[in-house]
Amino acid sequence: MGVRDIMLMKGIPASEGIELGKAYVLQEEADTDSGFQEYNGKHYELERFFKAIDEAKKQIRELKKKAQEELSEKDAMIFEAHLLILDDPEFLKMVERKIDEGKNVSVAVKESIRFFEEMLLGLNDEYMKERAVDVKDVGIRLIRILSGKSEPDLWNIPEDCVLVAKDLTPSQTAKMRKERIKAIVLEKGGKTSHAVIIARSFGIPLILGVKEATRMIKNGDLLIVDGNIGLVHVNPEKSVLENYRERIIDQYKERMELRDILHLETRTSDGRRIKLFANIGNLEELDIALKNNAEGIGLMRTEILFMNREKPPSEEEQFKFYRTVLERMRGKPVIIRTLDVGGDKIIPYLYAEIGKEENPFLGYRSIRLCLNRKDIFKTQLRALLRASIYGNLKIMFPMISCEEEVLKAKTILEECKEELRKEGISFDRNVKVGIMVETPAAALISDILAKEVDFFSIGTNDLIQYTLAVDRTNESVSYLYNPSHPAILRLIKMTIENAHKNGIEVGVCGEVASDENFVPKLIKLGVDELSVNPSKILVIKKKVLQTKSNEDIINM
Amino acid sequence: MVEAKITLKNPTGLHARPASIFVSEAGKLKSDIFIVKEGKEANAKSILQVLAMGIKQGDEIILRASGEDEEEAIKRLTELLENLAE
Repeated sequence: MGVRDIMLMKGIPASEGIELGKAYVLQEEADTDSGFQEYNGKHYELERFFKAIDEAKKQIRELKKKAQEELSEKDAMIFEAHLLILDDPEFLKMVERKIDEGKNVSVAVKESIRFFEEMLLGLNDEYMKERAVDVKDVGIRLIRILSGKSEPDLWNIPEDCVLVAKDLTPSQTAKMRKERIKAIVLEKGGKTSHAVIIARSFGIPLILGVKEATRMIKNGDLLIVDGNIGLVHVNPEKSVLENYRERIIDQYKERMELRDILHLETRTSDGRRIKLFANIGNLEELDIALKNNAEGIGLMRTEILFMNREKPPSEEEQFKFYRTVLERMRGKPVIIRTLDVGGDKIIPYLYAEIGKEENPFLGYRSIRLCLNRKDIFKTQLRALLRASIYGNLKIMFPMISCEEEVLKAKTILEECKEELRKEGISFDRNVKVGIMVETPAAALISDILAKEVDFFSIGTNDLIQYTLAVDRTNESVSYLYNPSHPAILRLIKMTIENAHKNGIEVGVCGEVASDENFVPKLIKLGVDELSVNPSKILVIKKKVLQTKSNEDIINM
Repeated sequence: MVEAKITLKNPTGLHARPASIFVSEAGKLKSDIFIVKEGKEANAKSILQVLAMGIKQGDEIILRASGEDEEEAIKRLTELLENLAE
């Protein structure tokens, strides 16, 4: 085990970037120090001990069998050593003696394991250090069996490590110390899992679907994680390492270049001003937006407030959240979108009376729900209005498909203002109101809608899906999902022209705004503002700086 | 009680696989068996104690067994140690 195996493992790239670091393999480690360690008498504790030993042996035999089938006899030998430890008469004797002395079984095991671990480490020999790891492994397994699973510690992790885990739950992702993590390798996980979202937000490369990663990769293995193509080099050869070192340096140079433009105003090469805003959905993304000097928030989603709970959040709770965002943006524009649920974002308590819809994307969603559930809508609008005095708030209504919806939404907003006025609560009387243009209908009547609102934001994700009649998550037709389709370009152009004729501005907050290849098209179509993934702000800024706004005509 | 003096000849000493094999074999015997090296004792049936002895190639050790199959124990374990190849 002294020599570390060279391996190349494949997975699905989920967050881009290349990084190098020592593996930190997350085992679901139990901790006996936490909680009350009760002593239930010698016989009870001994019985638990021997049951745990039996269970541990069972688990290890399974691992050994698997190792023999899938790996090598050499790998299986490690588990053979683990079995020997569980049979070790000196280890058993020590635990029994400690139980005899009145110690809880978990404490007795932990102390005995530590004794033998230190004994081996004390020999100051590389090989013995590896054996000490085996002893510890066995100890962890026993403790875990005795105490049931407990959450692994993601705070006290080594600096500059590559985190290797089976999967990361959102609560784990939330607790992990991100600044110490160079990259993440997961056995499971979905492309839209919380871990992936967080990794992207923090610019941490992440590869998922790397089979057997936690077993094949050992703590301390040197890993190159290529999040661009989904490759993990384990203990790479020198030539591979050199090659990647250069690429990582290039990547850092690129980042340095981006840092240089951090404080530049966003203008095209021929001087046209483009407002560069960020899309956010939570405070972590706000941090990244601030770090990358976002000029504003072009889309703040509010769904997170409504998720994972039994009933809608109170006005007070929402107010505090909106106020925090506005205060932290220090007077820069913040466009907050009212509740946009439905489609694939179902919040059970809001849909209790609706039941299953045949076509959720054409169904009861976002503004349609809000206009029907005036109670929920008004609570949100009141919270927004109250928060408006803490910054530069703009309110945005999603999924508009006809003029009437805009008028109704505005009427309800006025009702809320009137209520607050009567209650003597202050708010920004001139708070700006805009809409998402994300249905073909809204784009086609943008001349009419432009007279009713202060700004447009084009939501290209839905606009493309509705215009081209393509569900892009459906693999059989996703090839038809084409942002450059002339129909899309024409709708965007029409929307922008109608907005400008009426003296209002247009932003784009769909994914195409974060796509550096598509950004020049949006600029040439005349867009005033781009709202992008917070981690892409500088990349897009660089692209805008290089783009000439009237260079050529787009084919449409 | 029976004793035997042995010099370890195999290159890895009593590490890794040889240690596992040795301990497994000792475990099958009824007698109490000890390895003595430089005055220190290890239970021959305990992988952890045997490993902790750090027995290397060329080390001289004493095998000591006491119990109903002590003769058999020393014979089998001496043979095993002398035939270790790795």
